[in-house]
Amino acid sequence: MKMELIQPFINAADAVLAQGLQCPTSIANLSMEQEAYRRKGVAALIWVTGDIEGRIVIDLDPETALRVASRFAGNDLPESDELVRETVCELANLVIGNAVTSLNDQGFHFRVHPPVLHTSEHGPKSSEDTEALVICFETCIGNVFLNIALRHKCSQQPERAAAVGRRTEN
Amino acid sequence: MEQFAPVKRSKDGQPVRYLVVDDSVFARKNLARMIETFGGQVAGEAGDGVTAITEYERLKPDIVLMDITMPQMEGIEAAEKIVQQHPEARIVMVSSVGYQENIVAALQRGARHFVQKPVKPEVLYEVIKYVMGEDGTAAHAAGAGI
Repeated sequence: MKMELIQPFINAADAVLAQGLQCPTSIANLSMEQEAYRRKGVAALIWVTGDIEGRIVIDLDPETALRVASRFAGNDLPESDELVRETVCELANLVIGNAVTSLNDQGFHFRVHPPVLHTSEHGPKSSEDTEALVICFETCIGNVFLNIALRHKCSQQPERAAAVGRRTEN
Repeated sequence: MEQFAPVKRSKDGQPVRYLVVDDSVFARKNLARMIETFGGQVAGEAGDGVTAITEYERLKPDIVLMDITMPQMEGIEAAEKIVQQHPEARIVMVSSVGYQENIVAALQRGARHFVQKPVKPEVLYEVIKYVMGEDGTAAHAAGAGI
C-alpha cells in the first residue's frame, strides 16, 4: 500500500476526531498486519470499490466507543445504547468520506458503500496485495484504531495518470 | 449548542419544516439538534432514498436535508425523483463524500446546495437562509444570532 493512499485517511481521521472530540489527536502506533483482523470492540466496516478496492475498519474498545459517542452526541449515553454503534458507523462514514473526497481530487475514482457494523470476532485475512495498515490514534478519551486494507486496480491507472496530468497542466 | 436567529417562513411566520434523510440515526439526531437551534421543526425523517420520496409526498417539507450514500436508493437519485415531481423542492445534500463530481452531479439533478460532513452548524445555517431565499426570514431575537 502506498503512502499516497494512506495519508488522506490519516488526515481525515485526525480532522474528524479533533473536531468531534474537541481535543487534539496523535498517532500512537502504526503497523502492518497480514493476519486475520481481530475486532477490539465496537467496529464499523466500509467497503470501497473502483480504482482502489478494499475495506476500512474503524474500531474502538467498548468503553472508548461509549465515551466517543457521548462526546459526539453532546450528552452521556447508556452503555448498551444502539446510538453508540450508530455513532461508530457514522464516524467511519465521516473519516472515509473525507478521505475519499481528497483521493478523488488526486484522480482516483471509487464508490463508497454504506458502513456496516462489524460484529464477528475475526475479519477477512489480508493478502499480499491487500496487506492491512493499522493506525492507532491517541485521543483525550481513548484510542481509535483505523485498519486499512486497500489495493490498486491496475486497469484504472492510465485514467488516473491522465487525470493527474490534466490537473498539472492546469 | 449555539443558538441562531430563528429562520421562519415568510408567508406565515411559522418554523421552517425539514425532512431529514440519512441512514445513520446518529446523523439524523445530530441534524435535528441543529435544526432546533435554527428555530426549525423536523417534520419527518427517512433512512433511505425510497422512504425519502414517500415522506416528501406525505409531508411536503420546506427543506430536505439529504445524505448521499444510503442503502436501497442513494440520495442523488432520490433528489432527482423528488424534483421531477416537485420542481419547487428545496433539497440540500449533506454528505461526507464532497468531491467535485459528486457535488456537480447532485446540483445537476436538482439539489439546491451541498454541505460536507462533519457539518458545522454555522455553515448549515447560512445555507438554509440562502436556500430559503425570500421565502424565509431570520428574526433577530434578543440574545440570539451568530
